[in-house]
Amino acid sequence: MKIIYILWFRQIKRYLRSRSRLIGSLGQPILFLVALGYGFGAIYAKAGGGNYIDFLAPGVICMGILFTAIFAGIEVIWDKQFGFLKETLVAPVSRLQIMVGRTLGGATVATMQGVIVLAITFFVGFRPTDWWMILPAVLFMIVIALFFTALGTAIASRLDDMQGFQVIMNFLVMPIFFLSGALFPLTGLPPVIEFLVKIDPLSYGVDAIRGALVGGSQFGFGLDITVLLVITAIMLVLGAWLFSGIEA
Amino acid sequence: MIIRGFSVIVDNFKYAMLYDMNDFIITAKNVTKKFGDFTAVDNVSFQIKKGEIFAFLGPNGAGKSTMIKMLTTLLHPTAGEITLNGFDVVHHPNKVRRSFGIIFQDPSLDTELTAYENMLIHAVMYGMEKSVYAERIQTLMKLVELWDKKDQLVKNYSGGMKRRLEIARGLLHHPAVLFLDEPTVGLDPQTRNLMWNYLKDLVKSEKITVFFTTHYLEEAEKYAERLAVIDHGKIVAHGTTADLEKQTGKTTLEDAFLALTGKAIREEEGAGGMGHMARVWGRR
Repeated sequence: MKIIYILWFRQIKRYLRSRSRLIGSLGQPILFLVALGYGFGAIYAKAGGGNYIDFLAPGVICMGILFTAIFAGIEVIWDKQFGFLKETLVAPVSRLQIMVGRTLGGATVATMQGVIVLAITFFVGFRPTDWWMILPAVLFMIVIALFFTALGTAIASRLDDMQGFQVIMNFLVMPIFFLSGALFPLTGLPPVIEFLVKIDPLSYGVDAIRGALVGGSQFGFGLDITVLLVITAIMLVLGAWLFSGIEA
Repeated sequence: MIIRGFSVIVDNFKYAMLYDMNDFIITAKNVTKKFGDFTAVDNVSFQIKKGEIFAFLGPNGAGKSTMIKMLTTLLHPTAGEITLNGFDVVHHPNKVRRSFGIIFQDPSLDTELTAYENMLIHAVMYGMEKSVYAERIQTLMKLVELWDKKDQLVKNYSGGMKRRLEIARGLLHHPAVLFLDEPTVGLDPQTRNLMWNYLKDLVKSEKITVFFTTHYLEEAEKYAERLAVIDHGKIVAHGTTADLEKQTGKTTLEDAFLALTGKAIREEEGAGGMGHMARVWGRR
């Protein structure tokens, strides 16, 4: 338990200390909120969609979590390159403890990021229908954060340097974000896109958080929660298994 | 136990004559490591006495790093047996891990954390109690003259300071054996000298055994009580510097080393270091 705690503590320390990363990772959600929120707001309202900021805010919160969580998982590559991983691998602790500690740390950081983005959305006029529903929304954020941190860890366990990072961003993270329904409603889509949306794990996260904060869940809470919990459990096991394999 | 002890004595007749079995902190017996068709370590046996400074020498790619990885539980031997501090490295990895500290060839500190935080994480991972580690961290950081800089981020440390911090960290959990894999690469002569002085003092005060690899043969000559030369995965000579010089008819360790391993320059292929480590890890 102490070992998991200390590795969690390490992730938090690193996050709080790198201000450039903190500010940098908030820039993108703010840009999306302002540029898209105000840019498309009028058209969206004219098309009968209602308030676009209300629609967009949960999606941008998920974006903040997605990027931060993947990045926290990918940090394993840094630890490989800068040597700290070796220090943990020769310590009398199991690989599972190391993986769990850093995944919880990364997920905590990503959840914090999501909460900060949520606070920012208030400045551009976002208001949840019911303030109490922020609590379940944060729970969903935690699950999403866990899933994507574990995914990042799983990927990083198989990579030796950061050269693959761009490929991951362009062919995995970006599609996950754009096809999640974070930016547009999931109605009247071509069948191919609809299929991609349905296999995108983030779709269920966006839908759940949107359902909690402003209502209008498309899949229904039951399906959202089931899918999120099942895939997160699978990804944690997969991440732990791949991470354990690092030791050669 | 008695039977195994007996066979080791037969294998290592010469040393067994000199020391009691219990004096050996590391015992490697017929150790082999293969990567596919390539044999990195080929049927190697040696024993290291408690409290001695032992140098493990060899050209690049000779099998040094592979051997260290097996001794430190990062790799499993394909065949043979290794015990460290009385524990088998394959069957009791965590007991073995608690018994040694290691200073890697490349830095292994978290540079985004302070020096103290690096020490703290190490202490907790090794299961130390706060009442114990608080004092121990202070003692060791004072010894390596970093206590007044304990709250600085490691990324602001110089190369020599990082090395000193790694030494302090490696000793934090009272290891019986300290491994140093080319510990003085890239350090200036002043820092090297200082580092060895710490180490010599520590061997005395903490009764630890030091196992190190180096390419600076004068370093091995000066500090190692016994040494072994490995080449092409086999131990080609072992003993004191004088033994090696006598065996080869040379007057310096460097000449003896060249006589034993030849003058041809080795390819980097399979040489220790990050490249190899990364490839081994990358394999999954």
